[in-house]
Amino acid sequence: MEAATARPQITVREVDRPRRGWVTWLTTTDHKKIGILYLLTVLVFFIIGGVEALLMRIQLGVPDNTFLTPEKYNEIFTLHGTTMVFLVVVPVWAGFANYFVPLMIGARDVAFPRLNAWSYWMFLFGGLALYGSLFFTPPEAGWFSYVPLSLKEYTPSNGQEAWIYMVHLTGLASVLGAINFIATIHNMRAPGMGWGRMPLFVWTMLIYSYLVVLALTSLAATVTMLLLDRNFGTNFFDPAEGGSALLWQHLFWFFGHPEVYILVLPAFGIFSEVLPVFARKPIFGYKAIAAATAGIAFLGMLVWAHHMFATPMSTVVLAFFMLSSFLIAVPTGVKIFNWVATLWRGTIEFRVALLFCVGGIGTFLMGGITGIFLAVFPVDWQLTDTYFVVAHFHYTAFGASAFAMVAALYYWFPKMTGRLMNEGLGKISFWLFLIGFHLTFLIQHSAGLDGMPRRIYEYAESAGWSEMNLISTIGAFVLALSVLITIINMVRSLKRGPIAGPDPWKGNTLEWFTPSPPPENNFDAVPRVRSVEPMKDIRRQIERQTGVPQRFESGKPMVNA
Amino acid sequence: MLLGALVLAPAASAGWFLPESAGSPNADAIRTLYILIALIGLVIFIGVEGLMIYSLFRFRARKGRVAAQIHGNTQLEIGWTVGAAAILIFLTVFTFVLLDDIKNPAASQIDADGNPVAASATFAALDQPAPPEGSEAMTIKVVGEQYAWSYFYPTEEGQDRVFAYNDMYVPIGMTVILDVQAKDVAHSWWIPPLGGKADAIPGYTNKTWFQIPLDALEEGQDRVVYEGQCAELCGRNHADMVARVIGLPYDDWVAWRDQKAQEIKEAQEEAAARREEIQASEGGE
Repeated sequence: MEAATARPQITVREVDRPRRGWVTWLTTTDHKKIGILYLLTVLVFFIIGGVEALLMRIQLGVPDNTFLTPEKYNEIFTLHGTTMVFLVVVPVWAGFANYFVPLMIGARDVAFPRLNAWSYWMFLFGGLALYGSLFFTPPEAGWFSYVPLSLKEYTPSNGQEAWIYMVHLTGLASVLGAINFIATIHNMRAPGMGWGRMPLFVWTMLIYSYLVVLALTSLAATVTMLLLDRNFGTNFFDPAEGGSALLWQHLFWFFGHPEVYILVLPAFGIFSEVLPVFARKPIFGYKAIAAATAGIAFLGMLVWAHHMFATPMSTVVLAFFMLSSFLIAVPTGVKIFNWVATLWRGTIEFRVALLFCVGGIGTFLMGGITGIFLAVFPVDWQLTDTYFVVAHFHYTAFGASAFAMVAALYYWFPKMTGRLMNEGLGKISFWLFLIGFHLTFLIQHSAGLDGMPRRIYEYAESAGWSEMNLISTIGAFVLALSVLITIINMVRSLKRGPIAGPDPWKGNTLEWFTPSPPPENNFDAVPRVRSVEPMKDIRRQIERQTGVPQRFESGKPMVNA
Repeated sequence: MLLGALVLAPAASAGWFLPESAGSPNADAIRTLYILIALIGLVIFIGVEGLMIYSLFRFRARKGRVAAQIHGNTQLEIGWTVGAAAILIFLTVFTFVLLDDIKNPAASQIDADGNPVAASATFAALDQPAPPEGSEAMTIKVVGEQYAWSYFYPTEEGQDRVFAYNDMYVPIGMTVILDVQAKDVAHSWWIPPLGGKADAIPGYTNKTWFQIPLDALEEGQDRVVYEGQCAELCGRNHADMVARVIGLPYDDWVAWRDQKAQEIKEAQEEAAARREEIQASEGGE
């Protein structure tokens, strides 16, 4: 830890001219630039995945629609799920964490900057491998690629191979990125930043990283088995040759459920960072939230078969996975209670970042409650593989992750660019996001209860699902409009946004200590950390030394915007 | 009281708020369990969302307000952790109370000759080889394939011949046990009002059951029809893999079965004759 404080003694003889232009983006090993590369790539994939969602909603908007062929429909939902999971939500956290974990812990970069660059490029090429298949035949066996459907006999096209290569490349990218985060967080924290003073976003990224290492390596082995079965004559999954079709489901969900927490834990981290800043109050129960994060991750490794309740399983196994799924509700509930308690008796500033956080928490809570229905296996027998499940996981994955993603954008955009985003446009975007989301997905619970299975490309008028689906389709377009407004806001603010200064929100964590955008070395000097909220301590110290009030006063505009 | 009233209320026909039911006792028990969870969930939902929205308005930033610098409250935090756990323990107990009714087949309401019998004990377990003494049940093998369901009924020659496709005819009041299998890819058997799904996985036999109650047949109707469709992605035409279960009064069902058996026999004889013809013509060359 000494290295972080001692000033380097270098005598400069010659200085390289600073490089400019796009080549620096290709050759960079700076965690901030890599973070921005991640985020921009994710934005492109998010738009693609969103357009795919809209295509599906158009197809399902009216009964007996012929807008998409069954083949195209299957390809599109496969791409949508795969894109959103592997190319949007996992890497979006890698992107934000790349930029902010070193800043939040007072480090000058990640532990292995060149490895970090390699992770990014592998992620990008993984995405390109998947979308390259558009020029041939895209995969069509679903993002979960259940065997035997995904075996060569039933899905002969090489789109399935493209899917496997995408999983391999992005998986390796994620694992290496995770190792990098683990090494960085364990070794490069500012002096004084013990485990009990680490920002909660960093805590969630640490746990995210451990889960990535455990889950994505397992998935890599699983898809390799599929690759071998498809191309090299092995029979891991072919029951006719002594293989097992259920083996795939167990292996896939052994990755798949920890994956859910990989998507959602950093979102919890964002909530835990943003709420205290805008409620002007310390996070309620810091230790409980950090412990709950670890608890969720541990239990998250033990619940995978609740995705398979309708397969042949003994009652003992069913009961075990019901109970473990119940258990996970306890730490999750604890977090929600802590967030609400953080708001309690604060002075709440309704900035866009806060709105997206409370909107996300409120939405996620509903996904948590529907999760209890699905954990009770007899009830799950009715609900699984219906639109009830589609609604449930969008309430959790979208409710927490996508809301938190946008919250993080509004919260950290001024740090990354030096300019604030427009609050008015942001608020319009928030309300459309909230309304559009619930319009799309609330009604899907009813569609599922009424017997509408997932992944059907059409339904008959007589099924009685027409109104529900039309409402859902309208909601999807409202949601798309909201995303469009935020993108316009982002582009517009790059040039025209008000200058943010180093600390526009009067934040709590160390990224606000350095200028916006931060210089390449992040910090000339790293302050000693004495609490969870080092910036509060620093502002207090400045106040004492200069007599100029640094504290935020309730009711006054936060920034001159 | 409220719970009791809701559970006993007649099943709504459309599933806007509740899973479908009224076709089979297991579906009814699932619905009861669903209602209980919904009530608990509703209380949590209103409590937490209410508190959050209240906080947002009550504690919004105003001139002169100062945020209370509270870091936590151990007693409160232990309290809500234990509270959450207690709710889930209650749910677990309730699930196991209802589980027997859902998982284990009820005794048939009719005997082997189609005469109504008094309600008796349920089977001990779903995988029990034979129904308990004095109760009749029928086992149908259901096989999923792209994109149809085939049904193997018990016949005198055993259970190795397809008897029907997509439309499953069963006697009303008889407990029907399903052995669900798949021929090619995974499928999932699901007729919503008749209970939960059973995935059809190649290489495995999954079990489920249903029983159309005697009172399901409405006055003036000669049959009762339940519709469903495959619930596991099975290929491009997954959406078209539909199934129906048609309940007939026992005597009508016997007539259907005998007619079907006759048709199959004739078709087989015709095929056999045709085969001989071909063999004869080939042999003559």
